[in-house]
Amino acid sequence: MLKILKYSFFDLMRSRWSYVYFAFYLLLSIVLLFLNNDLSKAVITLMNVIIVLVPLIGTIFGVMYYYNSKEFTELLLAQPLKRSSIFLGQYLGVAISLSMSLILGLGIPFIFYGLFKSNAIWDFSLLLITGTFLTLIFTALAFNIALINENKIKGFGYAILLWLFLAIIYDGLFLMSLILFEDYPLDKLSLVGTMLNPIDLSRTLILLKLDISALLGYTGAVFKKFFGTGFGLTISFIMLTIWVILPVLLIVIKSKKKDF
Amino acid sequence: MKNLWLFFIAILMAYPTYAQNIEICNTCAISTLKKAISTAKDFDTILIKKGTYKEYNIVVDKPLTIIGKNYPVIDGELKGEIITVTADNVTIDGLFIINVGTSYTEDYAAIRVKRSKNFVIQNLVLEKLFFGIYLEKSRDGKVLHNKIIGDAIEEYNSGNGIQLWYSHNIEIEHNFVQHVRDGIYLEFSDDCLIKNNVSTENLRYGLHFMFSNNDIYQDNTFEKNGAGVAVMFSKKIKMLDNIFKENWGTASYGMLLKEINDAEITGNTFEENTIGINIEGSNRIVYKNNNFINNGWAIKVRGACYTNSFIENNFLYNSFDISYNSKVNDNVFDKNYWTSYTGYDLDKDGIGDVPYRPVKLFSYIVNRTPETIILLRSLFIDIIDFSEKVSPVFTPDNLLDNNPLIKKATW
Repeated sequence: MLKILKYSFFDLMRSRWSYVYFAFYLLLSIVLLFLNNDLSKAVITLMNVIIVLVPLIGTIFGVMYYYNSKEFTELLLAQPLKRSSIFLGQYLGVAISLSMSLILGLGIPFIFYGLFKSNAIWDFSLLLITGTFLTLIFTALAFNIALINENKIKGFGYAILLWLFLAIIYDGLFLMSLILFEDYPLDKLSLVGTMLNPIDLSRTLILLKLDISALLGYTGAVFKKFFGTGFGLTISFIMLTIWVILPVLLIVIKSKKKDF
Repeated sequence: MKNLWLFFIAILMAYPTYAQNIEICNTCAISTLKKAISTAKDFDTILIKKGTYKEYNIVVDKPLTIIGKNYPVIDGELKGEIITVTADNVTIDGLFIINVGTSYTEDYAAIRVKRSKNFVIQNLVLEKLFFGIYLEKSRDGKVLHNKIIGDAIEEYNSGNGIQLWYSHNIEIEHNFVQHVRDGIYLEFSDDCLIKNNVSTENLRYGLHFMFSNNDIYQDNTFEKNGAGVAVMFSKKIKMLDNIFKENWGTASYGMLLKEINDAEITGNTFEENTIGINIEGSNRIVYKNNNFINNGWAIKVRGACYTNSFIENNFLYNSFDISYNSKVNDNVFDKNYWTSYTGYDLDKDGIGDVPYRPVKLFSYIVNRTPETIILLRSLFIDIIDFSEKVSPVFTPDNLLDNNPLIKKATW
């Protein structure tokens, strides 16, 4: 598995897209720092960008990589190798190279700007951790979609739809259901609702840092416990980890059963 | 010769009115404050030396100056009120008063001033108190440089740090009040000046006005209170250059205005409060040059607020700038700086060419269904906010800042 990981990783490292992705984040954070002149404000803006863009790029990239390297995969399958190690190796190669572009692209300008001397360092590390989690989750989901669909166009379509659903439509449905059932106690429902969507989950993590004063305005005891203590942070991280593990397991199962 | 006699007679007659010093210490002939007061004559000075004096119900009924040297301790042993001032022109300075009794029928205070004039209460340290300094139907006094540290846990069995009741023209300056129910409480008290105080971690309010008119509070800091300042049923209050910080919680405000008319709110800073200002039934108030930074809601308007004007304020990074619960608007917003303003300034006059709508659709939704707050900063919410901005349906359509500033307002 490690060898395949290494191969995919270096293959991607040489590819143009990783550099484009890296350059994009580099440019974004330089521009933000230049415009804002304030580290913590730049972190806030970045957080907004990250929870939307990272999942999108993770999904597209994952699907794209799978379809592009299909012939190579078929070649590997002919060798005496475990299927799970082939696909996990490829998955990790993509996910790690994407995370690296993200971390380096955002990290380098911030470090030059004086991150270590600023108290925004915790917010910033949280941002990078959430970004990495989102990359891991959405690349895994993309691999699942690609494994199921032989048809490239269909695969891309589903991938975009998945992103659209989790990033936007889910929140719309969520909001509608909250308003529809406003006569009932909703604090548990709303917390569970966020847990079920990794994008919402990462957003909540960020909210815990930024808008804590607004969140504490709501009276529900469950809310208060969740937001007022380290409880919320812990639960969110556990859920994010589960969100990584589940699709990865699914990749393993799917790849074993699939007929190539 | 005759003149000399007259001179002697004059001196003899003047003698009793000379101010004398009476010293008390634990080993002196006069070892209690009560005894010292009973032997003192008008306008004497009582010097209390360092030591512990276990006394309560001390009544100061003569115009005396009571000065503590190196903070002598007056310990009320939780038995009741400690010092009651009933005479005019009394000065109390430099005491450390602890253990005021708690009662559910009487408001025991560390120092109570009753129907007196021209008093000065300064440099006191009060601890383990029920009520701290209680001014009752008094006027023209000063309360300066006191430090009041309570240990209040519940509202119903705790008292206020500095309480004024029917007291007029009082100066309250440089006090530090912590962990009581209301830091400073004014009821039916007019023409008072409250300046440079620090009021933190109080259960209810840092500063509380009830039925008090024409007061000024200035350069105070209110931090981590249940609510920073509550101004209720009062007229013509000036609120200048105060700092309201980190008042967090479900019913927490930097400032709560209820039934306030003709007030002036200028130069204040509201930072990281759940709600910066909560306004209810308040009219003709001018909000000018205030900073609202990182609050949950900068301003929450609850209704029945007419002809208020918000001019040249900075709204920086608040989760919600303004929240309305009705569609009617009679308030004016002009020349404010809003960080979430996205317009442009083509003619470079420092004023945005597109009006700004400070009320977002999402704040309307959160008002209706509070649980939806969990969707804050979601992409979907940004989209519906944007569409509401383009064509307002749910929010008051005449609520606009027609001249939003491009750069932060300075003054």
